[in-house]
Amino acid sequence: MSALLSVQGLTAGYGGVPIIEDIDLDVAEHEIAVIIGPNGAGKSTLLKTVFALTSRISGSVKFIDRDITALKTAQLVPLGISAVPQSRNVFPTLSVDENLDVGTYAAPPGDKQAVRETVLELFPDLKDKLDQPAGELSGGQRQMVAMGRALMSEPKLLLLDEPTAGLSPAYLEIIFDLLLDIRKRGVTILMVEQNAKQALRIADTGHVLVSGKNFVSGTGEALLADDAVRRSFLGGAAT
Amino acid sequence: MIDFINLYLVPGLTIGSVYALGAVGISMIFGILRFAHFAHGDLMTIGAYGVLTAVWFIPLHPLLLLPFGMALAIVAALAVDQFFYKPLRKLPTIYTVIASFGVALIFRSLAQLFWSSGNQVFIPGVRPPLVLFDTFRISALHAQAIILTVVIAVALHFFLTRSKLGRAMRAVSDEPELAAVAGLDTERVVRWTWVIGAALAATAGVFAGMDTSMHPNLGWNLLLAMFAAAVLGGIGKPMGAIAGGLIIGIAEETATYTWLSDEPLISPSYKSAVAFFIMVALLLFRPQGLFKGRLL
Amino acid sequence: MELTGLFFYLVSVLIAGGIYAVLCLALNVQWGMGGLFNAGIAGFFAVGAYASAIVTTAVSERHLGGFDLPIPFGLAAAMLVAGVTGWAVAKICVRLKSDYLAMASVGIAEILRLVIVNESWLTNGSLGISGVPRPFGDMVRGREADLLYLAMVWLCVLCVYILCQRLYVSPWGRTLRAIRDNEDSARAAGKDVDWFRLQTFVIGCAIMGLAGGLSAHYFKFLSPSATEPLLVTFLVWVMLMAGGSGNNRGAIIGALAIWLLWSATEIFTNRLPPEWITRSSYIRMLFVGLLLQFVLQRFRSGLIPEKSPEIRSD
Ligand SMILES: Nc1ncnc2c1ncn2[C@@H]1O[C@H](COP(=O)(O)OP(=O)(O)O)[C@@H](O)[C@H]1O
Ligand SMILES: [Mg+2]
Repeated sequence: MSALLSVQGLTAGYGGVPIIEDIDLDVAEHEIAVIIGPNGAGKSTLLKTVFALTSRISGSVKFIDRDITALKTAQLVPLGISAVPQSRNVFPTLSVDENLDVGTYAAPPGDKQAVRETVLELFPDLKDKLDQPAGELSGGQRQMVAMGRALMSEPKLLLLDEPTAGLSPAYLEIIFDLLLDIRKRGVTILMVEQNAKQALRIADTGHVLVSGKNFVSGTGEALLADDAVRRSFLGGAAT
Repeated sequence: MIDFINLYLVPGLTIGSVYALGAVGISMIFGILRFAHFAHGDLMTIGAYGVLTAVWFIPLHPLLLLPFGMALAIVAALAVDQFFYKPLRKLPTIYTVIASFGVALIFRSLAQLFWSSGNQVFIPGVRPPLVLFDTFRISALHAQAIILTVVIAVALHFFLTRSKLGRAMRAVSDEPELAAVAGLDTERVVRWTWVIGAALAATAGVFAGMDTSMHPNLGWNLLLAMFAAAVLGGIGKPMGAIAGGLIIGIAEETATYTWLSDEPLISPSYKSAVAFFIMVALLLFRPQGLFKGRLL
Repeated sequence: MELTGLFFYLVSVLIAGGIYAVLCLALNVQWGMGGLFNAGIAGFFAVGAYASAIVTTAVSERHLGGFDLPIPFGLAAAMLVAGVTGWAVAKICVRLKSDYLAMASVGIAEILRLVIVNESWLTNGSLGISGVPRPFGDMVRGREADLLYLAMVWLCVLCVYILCQRLYVSPWGRTLRAIRDNEDSARAAGKDVDWFRLQTFVIGCAIMGLAGGLSAHYFKFLSPSATEPLLVTFLVWVMLMAGGSGNNRGAIIGALAIWLLWSATEIFTNRLPPEWITRSSYIRMLFVGLLLQFVLQRFRSGLIPEKSPEIRSD
């Protein structure tokens, strides 16, 4: 099976200074792929580079056999890739409803109303907040708005940067369940997670990123069982 | 009391309407492009001269010829954005501020070159004011300015909250990077910001020019009050800018009323300082403005 | 004859160029070193001009005056009054962030202009102040006086340059640039950012006042319409950007280069057909506006760039 997303030899950073180097990474269709690693390892930078938000130095990114390396950020949504950044991922003065609506603007044509219903089914908490400005919601609800917005364009691939950062353990469970639910609907997920242990449990594949380099990749189970990974990244580090 | 309304409040609302229409553009540009557009006053001047020129050739009321002024202002705004502001987008925005300062001078010298450096009028002659209820007097121009501003405010509100483009504008103003991530074409949003800002600037310029007379410094002289209005309404809040404009206009005019004694509270020759003090006080004590605008 | 005419034309250009060099050095203190955007240069320039004129003119019932003091006192008064004005402004405005400070400074220039136009007891309003003395005015006259004045102006440029250069390399200047380049980390390092900014603003304004004084004694007459305020402010900005902001020598070279260019365009526009000649100053303004855009896009670090690489982030 060919990969949905294929990253090859990717080197990128900010202002010409490389942060991630020579990254290879494949994401197969319908899987949940998780990137873990210490703070500052370049995990966000990797996701941002796929989304053309950093300065790429070399390497390529392919999406369903199409080379998307040179595309601009705004051109990716129509192809079927959506992303939720780590922070500032909602439009704070727009209402929840408007946030979701903005998510459809770059989508390929389709039944917007049906998609909206599906998304609200996934996030029933948002139903009675539709008219509230997104900036006034709690962290967990904001994360749902952000994911909802990203799903409104009916993506094939969803990139998530630490969707559970700063959330209470209760919310963490909810979000992880949601991810499984989203995957069931045919969306492939590539996400960065700090809660490495829990994330690897639901992940099909995991990638450990250290100092901008791909340290090890494998199935979620394999990584959970790997001694080196356990000691360095899952022991006390799983915060 | 009726004197207060006729001589202070109505003129205040009129000049406030001019500020409001100009400040909408300033606020939107500040929100979306993140810089203080120093050439906005002179953009008003250009738009107003466009209408003045149309009046020479077409014998219609200047307000009916507004589209000519709007078109000229829009072309001018899109051109300076393309050639002078866009190349500086990646730099700290203060460079664009400096560039817009230069554009102000470019607009003004073009106005002086193509029109004249003297005063010109749209419609010669004096018109008697409308008299309502025996004592309430309002000139047709003032009534037109106030009514049109209200209409524009309502239309703008629906545009920003209901239309796809309006929502996209607010999204880009909120979080430009996220807007790009969501697939919005930010450059398209920027272009429409200029189109709307310039069209409203031209409208404001015509009202200002008809209220007094047309001269190349017309817009520059209004710039300070329009900045104050944009700050008062909250940066990036077009509807706030409209409220801010009206408040600044009323504050300026009524500050010269004989509140405490037979003397005007503030000498009319210092009227334009009122806007400045409101603006500075706001920036220091409530920089988000009345309607929770963005902080720089 | 033609040649001496040209020579003295050049002298007058260099006098004005020197006054602009002082202004440009002042802006370099505020913007180049301190990162403070001042769009009200003309206001402080005018304050200095009036201060010096009032202190040095003979008694007149049209305006405050009659102190009849020697010119050095006039220039000192120019610096003092402009500096104090700058202090009052800075006290309120210096905490404002870049764009806001720019907006406020336009308002300050406007208010200073209003004061000058409206307070006739002080400035004789729009009629202006005449009989402002030249140095050694009773000993040398005419063209020789111009030569003498040229020397005096450039002596001032030299003094201001030495002062600014010392400020730049001093620990004070280093702190200032640290604030300019990264305000937050300077604040975190315990620097009193607002206090440094206030000092910077006041020093810059005082020097602008000096330039105003120099111009008052050169033209011997002063009125609110003697200069187009926006044009003065604008030209100084173009000069600093072209010369290289952050660099004192760049400021002087930029002032001279742009002023020579401005003066040269006058020669050119004077040859235009008569129906265009009345509009020549607008063509020149257009030209400078376009020149600024060119400098900003292609030539940002200027003729003599600041030595330490400019790392400026938003
Ligand atoms: N916008 C930026 N400009 C410059 N450097 C950045 C930027 N964002 C992140 N970095 C740097 O890149 C490195 C990796 O950051 P990031 O990708 O956010 O790490 P992670 O998400 O793994 O915690 C860090 O050293 C950080 O300082
Ligand atoms: Mg991160």
